[in-house]
Amino acid sequence: MSYPPQSSTTPDAARRAEARRLTAGWRDRGRPPSLAVHEDRYGPLPGNPAGRRGRAGLIEAVTAAGLTGRGGAGFPTGAKLRAVAGRRGPAALVANGMECEPASEKDQALLAMAPHLVLDGAVLAARAVGADTVHVCLDRARPVQVEEVFRAAEERRVAGRDDVPVLVHDLPGHYVSGEETALISWLNGAGARPTTVPPRPFERGGRRRPTLVDNVETLAQVALIARYGPDWFRSAGERDAPGTVLVTVSGAVSHPGVYEVAGGTSAGEILALSGSSERGHVLVGGYFGSWHHLDEVARLPFTAAGLRPAGAAPGAGVLYVLPEMACGLAETARVLGYLAGQSARQCGPCTYGLPAIAGDFAQLADARPQGDVLDRLARRLALIPGRGACRHPDGAARLAASALTAFAGDARAHAARRPCAARWRRPPCALPVPRSRAGGGWR
Amino acid sequence: MTLRLRLDPIACAGHGLCAGLLPERIGLDEWGYPVITGDVPHGLARDARRAVRACPTLALRLSRVRASQDPSGQRARHGERDS
Repeated sequence: MSYPPQSSTTPDAARRAEARRLTAGWRDRGRPPSLAVHEDRYGPLPGNPAGRRGRAGLIEAVTAAGLTGRGGAGFPTGAKLRAVAGRRGPAALVANGMECEPASEKDQALLAMAPHLVLDGAVLAARAVGADTVHVCLDRARPVQVEEVFRAAEERRVAGRDDVPVLVHDLPGHYVSGEETALISWLNGAGARPTTVPPRPFERGGRRRPTLVDNVETLAQVALIARYGPDWFRSAGERDAPGTVLVTVSGAVSHPGVYEVAGGTSAGEILALSGSSERGHVLVGGYFGSWHHLDEVARLPFTAAGLRPAGAAPGAGVLYVLPEMACGLAETARVLGYLAGQSARQCGPCTYGLPAIAGDFAQLADARPQGDVLDRLARRLALIPGRGACRHPDGAARLAASALTAFAGDARAHAARRPCAARWRRPPCALPVPRSRAGGGWR
Repeated sequence: MTLRLRLDPIACAGHGLCAGLLPERIGLDEWGYPVITGDVPHGLARDARRAVRACPTLALRLSRVRASQDPSGQRARHGERDS
């Protein structure tokens, strides 16, 4: 595939089909492309961005492109670059490839198929903000990925490509370890646990330096913008959702996996790509996300602004289709049990609150409530959000509350000790719940 | 002038002294951790300072809020000064 693609969407289904940019050429070979293959595909890194002008140029280009963070928060990347560049002294850059969300696979796919694109973006962003080191943070539980990214970094070092050293780190991959303050904490020699803000990483991060933490997909997009410009970037997607975005689709679909779609593509169109015929419920945004009936979200653009009217958010680009035969309450109970086990156990409302709501949900899912479980849940769910150092308790409470709304009929029946038939079936494509690794330590 | 209570949730160990000294603005959840229910008006400033001083883990702080700010936003991070 030659780059840049003029129009990567098929004409009859404009913006509907996949828009291949990050994923271009993924079918070429089954292993990560070498630096030579990568440069053949995308062209060499744009020259001399190290000067003061080149720096400002990249930040301007990213701002003009309207790129937003792909890690879940969706913050404008240009503003983030500018905030770090504006601080005094040397900065640091962290490429966040932890992907601790079990229902997301897009960063793993990206790092496996285009590691050099991520490293390009990391090095370019590091130069732009005056960072003298790139830290790539990966989950220790994925040794093959760590090895491949390390090899890619080594290949660049030997070829003398980068003026900024790239360090690859393997961290413990607890659910909250991918949070940016947890990465900073680990790089500073402590556990990979979230810390209290302020200071935010851009103010004082790794080794007390201003630190830019960006998701690996965001950085790969930066590498494309640096090469082909903001106008090209905006040639895919909508005005308020420019470019492309990676989405992980799983559950009751015939082709689960990672899709690259134009910004603003609707949830329904994404599900159509993956061959879904279910008419029931979807989990939008991952384990900090929310359950919705498909009718609520199918026509909405799969963007932060687009999904807001339904009370949903794309998170790191996750869509899970609940099989018709599955019980939404049982699935939620399993996920809440996992999230409770993943608490860093630093803040009281999370340490005690999450096991409490997970326990309530287990009772509800089993249709064996003790006391008025719905009343107790309503009270607890209202008290938990906003009271932790990170958003872990907020995310879990949001998921639980959305399940009580989306599956309100089932919840009333279960609370009255009348479980749905689905309670006794194990869906073949249940939400992934990794075994808790909390015992594995934080360092 | 209004004062805003801010809690460092990692430092907080749930001793609960603050709720005893400032029940008008601090409650305790079922696990004994403080729930801040609003900003501190002038009349309660003295009690609020006592609650801050009483915290064994120094988890509670008071900051000044400008009148123009949204009084509900406990998480607002701009325009605050530690006192």
